[in-house]
Amino acid sequence: MTFLHLAALAAILALFPVFLYRAAKGPTIFDRLIGLNGIASKSILLLVLIGAVTGHTGMFIDLSLGYGLLNLVGALAIGKYLESKGARAR
Amino acid sequence: MILQVLSALLITGGIFFLTCSAVGAIRLPDFYTRAHALGMTDTLGTLLVLLGLALPLGFSLESGKLLLLAVFIFIAAPTACHIFVRAAFRSGLKPWTRETKDPSHD
Repeated sequence: MTFLHLAALAAILALFPVFLYRAAKGPTIFDRLIGLNGIASKSILLLVLIGAVTGHTGMFIDLSLGYGLLNLVGALAIGKYLESKGARAR
Repeated sequence: MILQVLSALLITGGIFFLTCSAVGAIRLPDFYTRAHALGMTDTLGTLLVLLGLALPLGFSLESGKLLLLAVFIFIAAPTACHIFVRAAFRSGLKPWTRETKDPSHD
């Protein structure tokens, strides 16, 4: 069973450079945001899988819950800021 | 035994959808299409993997917290995607159409 968790962990780690490429390459600032948001939601999953592999699932689920909350609040703050910044943001 | 097979299927399905979102993040020409692809496939992939992890645990505290996390991500990820797309639209980012001379494709 842990082999499956390890394989899923490796698959998600293999996906990270894709979103880093999008965050680095993205022409507009919003492409960068969507890339980082993709990384953040993957890292929630990464934390849960690490917990499943190491056995301390309880602790890691709380970590990923906290991280998910922070990610949403961060997205809201960035969205509100860029919305008011107007067309210069592009 | 059935639970193991089912959770394995769920986890592989979730990983498949996460790779779909990665492909969508690169292949699609414009911010709005990428946001459309990422918003949906991220949530579904995360949901499937979390359910795949919660199934073998049965009725316990961990599986309860996993389901809570799944419900939270089911609400939070599309909201975050919506926040970015609305901010992009309101700050004047024009969607990519056939007439656009140089699509931001790379």
